[in-house]
Amino acid sequence: MPVLEGKELRIVGFLCNWCSYGGADTAGVGRFDQPTDLRIIKVPCSGRIDPLFIVKTLMSGADGVLVSGCHPNDCHYAEGNFYARRRLEMLKRFIPMLGIDPNRFDYTWVSASEGQRWQEVVTKFTEQIHKLGPAQKIEGADAEETLKLMEASL
Amino acid sequence: MKNLEDLKEQIRKALPELDVVIGWTDSFDPLHATPHFMRKEEDIDKLKVDALCVHNLATYLPGLKGKKVGIVVKGCDSRSVVELLQENLIKREDVTIFGFGCNGVVDQTKIRSIIGDVGNIEACELTDKEVTVTASGEVHKLALDEVLSDKCKTCRYPNAVLSDHFTGEEVATTATFEDGYKDLEEFEAKSTEEKFAYWLGEMDRCIRCYACRNACPMCVCRDHCVAQSRDPHWLSQEAHVRDKWMFQVIHAYHLTGRCTECGECQRACPVDIPILLFKKKFNKEIKEVFNYEAGLDPEATPPLLTFKNEEAKIKERDW
Repeated sequence: MPVLEGKELRIVGFLCNWCSYGGADTAGVGRFDQPTDLRIIKVPCSGRIDPLFIVKTLMSGADGVLVSGCHPNDCHYAEGNFYARRRLEMLKRFIPMLGIDPNRFDYTWVSASEGQRWQEVVTKFTEQIHKLGPAQKIEGADAEETLKLMEASL
Repeated sequence: MKNLEDLKEQIRKALPELDVVIGWTDSFDPLHATPHFMRKEEDIDKLKVDALCVHNLATYLPGLKGKKVGIVVKGCDSRSVVELLQENLIKREDVTIFGFGCNGVVDQTKIRSIIGDVGNIEACELTDKEVTVTASGEVHKLALDEVLSDKCKTCRYPNAVLSDHFTGEEVATTATFEDGYKDLEEFEAKSTEEKFAYWLGEMDRCIRCYACRNACPMCVCRDHCVAQSRDPHWLSQEAHVRDKWMFQVIHAYHLTGRCTECGECQRACPVDIPILLFKKKFNKEIKEVFNYEAGLDPEATPPLLTFKNEEAKIKERDW
């Protein structure tokens, strides 16, 4: 952590197994340059993402959350991303209520072949988060405590 | 209520076919009403309906599923019943709805803030314009308008939207959708940092009593509530502000497109946290994006339980 202090922020990405995770992999195989702030969590489908995952992540100390799934009409489970779109849109509109900048959360669609597009999405989203800087933390939130424990054990 | 006798007569006629009829009756002191379960003929005499009858009785319906239940409803309560029907949590043939036109209910917190936390309420009289409370020998005359619940001042559905029996005259209203959301707009004008700090302060007072959840007619998970579930373990048992705040967001999100804004969550809150604001925010956005309001049409589908291939009002990011 100290090496990267100030250079990296904590961004969590929820990626669907079939399209966006594949897209990120394509970007990797293609050796496209990417910022390293994003930590990816692979989920079966964007429809699997409970919007509350995102709130929990933000409240636990993440500086940004990115959700990416298959393009509408391309879902492996036919309609998962359609439901996801409605849920995520409602969450996106709700987040400012909590005193969290709505730009800390975004959702998008990237297919498995779109390595180039994935690179763009990650880069732009990371830039967007860096512009906002570190998020306001709730004192004693999980991530902070974990970090303290880790530092103590070193 | 002017037509109370008519209502009692309707209930008297219907009761032999029903297991129970839920209404309100006198409570521990003259300033409160309490839910009243009428099973026998003589119970009906104790029924009361006035501005003190604040409880949304629809809360009891899912728990009585399978029984033949009658329920007395105000306009806002009737929307909760409709929403429950819509989600198939109760059956239409099992409920008998006794609706009426409501002129608003009092907010006990407002009364307490005016007359103080007096121990012994001796009497309470209600007229169309005034509440007269006698407490510890002292008489307080309060204008009804001053102690009316906020939700009642901007109520758009004072009459039961669905009923088998309707008592009395329909109440007229001129309130618009926008009227109900002025407080939300005021709050939204605050800066991001102010909002964050505001909720940290408010949520810190929460005592995790879950009264908000238990009073909510749409909180139907009951034994499976995330607040107590260990699998998945959404919340720790700690009284940390993070868990309390998270719980309120969970509560609000689970009500997206379902909340009928009866305000029971906020009324039940013993520490007066304005949690209705979260639900109002979701409702406002639901109205804007899907042009939908919960609890009006028993045949409708809540917007988050369906989708369209092309969403007219959702603009996604193209990076």
